Amino acid sequence: MKTLTFLARSGPYGSSKAKALLDMVLSAAVFEQKIQYIFLDDGVYQLLAGQDPALLAAKNVSAALPALELYGVDQVYLDLDSLQARGLSTDQLLIPASTCSAGDISKMIAESDMVFSL
Amino acid sequence: MIISLVIHGAPGTTQGAQTALTFCRAALAADHRIYRVFFYEDGVHNANALSVWPQDEYDLNAAWATLVREHELDAVVCVASALRRGVLNAEEASRYEKTGVSVDPAFDISGLGQWVDACLNSDRVVSFGV
Repeated sequence: MKTLTFLARSGPYGSSKAKALLDMVLSAAVFEQKIQYIFLDDGVYQLLAGQDPALLAAKNVSAALPALELYGVDQVYLDLDSLQARGLSTDQLLIPASTCSAGDISKMIAESDMVFSL
Repeated sequence: MIISLVIHGAPGTTQGAQTALTFCRAALAADHRIYRVFFYEDGVHNANALSVWPQDEYDLNAAWATLVREHELDAVVCVASALRRGVLNAEEASRYEKTGVSVDPAFDISGLGQWVDACLNSDRVVSFGV
């Protein structure tokens, strides 16, 4: 088993990066790898509850996030600095995520076999 | 070392696709093994055989197809990314009733499972054009 770390750094809309990374996470989960899914920078917006992208003619990218648990992805992290810098708080989140710091993220990257950032 | 590449960038619009090609050549020249080259998202445009480049520009599509053939590389285009961007083989064109085939036959069309497989079987997986 390998440790794969995914850095979600893009907002849920405006590009397909959030969806592309989520698809990678779910595929890796099907192969039962150890996964660390870390939301930072604008990626923290992906975790917000109550998204309604209907006016964008876009699908709700985050609607699949509650399924992560079913896929066995239980290591979901959130960079607290990124959240606070955007005036958001943990009670606005769609799914539970452990808060972490830039130092924690450095450690997780160092302990990974592979890292993917989108 | 066993290396795989994930290419996110389209030829001509981002530097990533060109850098990936150069990296791939350098790795092969240094006797590393390329396990797989996986084209994802806009990266699938690199596999489009119908691209026409101006004569005074570097034809990255042709360069990739040539490299893949010369070294018999395992070059895989993500099916979900490819369908959206009209990069189709005969099978997909027929399945979705489209008039043309666009993917260069040097590339296979398959799923993200091939990317996971590359992660499991490579020492390094390097992303380009993110």
